[in-house]
Amino acid sequence: MASLKMLRMRINSVKSTRKITQAMKMVAAAKLRRAQSQAEAARPYAERMERMLASLGAAVATSPDAPQLLVGSGRDQVHLLVVMTADRGLAGAFNSGVGRFARARIRTLEAEGKTVKILSIGRKGAVYLKREFASRFVGEVSFQGKKTVEFADAAEVVARISKMLEAGEFDVCTLIYNRFKSVISQVPSEQRLIPAPLPELQTETTSGPQAMYEYEPSEEEILAALLPQNLGVQVYRAILENSAGFYGAQMNAMDNATRNAGEMINKLTLNYNRTRQANITRELIEIISGAEAV
Amino acid sequence: MAGTFQLELVSPARLLLSRAVEMAVIPAAEGEMGVLPGHAPMIVALRGGVISVTEGGQVTERLFVGGGFAEITPDRVTVLADDATPVASLSKALAATTLAAAEAAMADAQSLTPEKRDQAMATLLSARAMVVTAEAP
Repeated sequence: MASLKMLRMRINSVKSTRKITQAMKMVAAAKLRRAQSQAEAARPYAERMERMLASLGAAVATSPDAPQLLVGSGRDQVHLLVVMTADRGLAGAFNSGVGRFARARIRTLEAEGKTVKILSIGRKGAVYLKREFASRFVGEVSFQGKKTVEFADAAEVVARISKMLEAGEFDVCTLIYNRFKSVISQVPSEQRLIPAPLPELQTETTSGPQAMYEYEPSEEEILAALLPQNLGVQVYRAILENSAGFYGAQMNAMDNATRNAGEMINKLTLNYNRTRQANITRELIEIISGAEAV
Repeated sequence: MAGTFQLELVSPARLLLSRAVEMAVIPAAEGEMGVLPGHAPMIVALRGGVISVTEGGQVTERLFVGGGFAEITPDRVTVLADDATPVASLSKALAATTLAAAEAAMADAQSLTPEKRDQAMATLLSARAMVVTAEAP
């Protein structure tokens, strides 16, 4: 049986752990709120962009000289996976969930004989996947140390992707990230970026048949400017959802940790009191039996 | 003018404006464009410039946009701006630094592809418009 002093020390250390996890939970909750409102604020732009692209893309997608960003290179050999995770850990299965998802995806693609390239966003995912797939890495991006992620950061990632596309380094680009379903549930999911999945034209039933637009300057020119922007929006949205999801996951993980620490403190305290009482009883017996012997 | 239309101005970060207005002047790529209710459907690219909003016969709001797109339908105008700032809060210093950065990018772009040069040129023009707007509000 552990001595009283040892027990006391352990109780104290678990108590300070609980304080830390509690503080981290509060911080995560505060940051979650901010990340969530940022993600919500970005939604209108993405929605309207989608609407505009739907009317524009359908008109151009069938023509043979449609831009690569829209239709891809027409092949399906080299896959670029953009894997998005957080920069920090202590968030339960948040990072490893995406990592596992990405790994399964890479395995199936390679089993089909495709070439896989990985671009990782966020430090944790890079560390996770590098263990197994270091040779497939083409780059990593990290937003570590940044307070908020701006649209310009997403645009930078997109500039990198489109440069690779121009150089013909990949055919299909897929984004893997944690979709923010709710505060307690983040779902690793994938989204194809290139070739762009064209949204269904018949989604809007309010205005009847789609209006015919005039374009100024030309359709092609607008599309050429709109597509990178759209890609940026997609990436930006994923980044924001990812960071909101991260704080949600961290909040949960820290909540659990705090609860577990509380349980442990209770157990240890019980143990401590039992030992203390046993000690007192033993001392009493010693005194009494000593007195009787006299 | 009795009619109004719904004007929405969104930047990637947030929704800046969404309300019924009488007229909006938007800086389209090929010249300023006044939009009244019932305009023919159009999709236009924007250059850097000022969007002015008219309500009740007066200009009630002026915002600087650094490029983007606008979708115009008879009863709605959606402006997707790359970035947008109310003219009143535009600062000369910021405009000057933006212009300097754009000029440097333009100098770099001389050796690149025509598309890249065009892009740098557009940025430069937008920055110049920003300086002009900032100096004469």
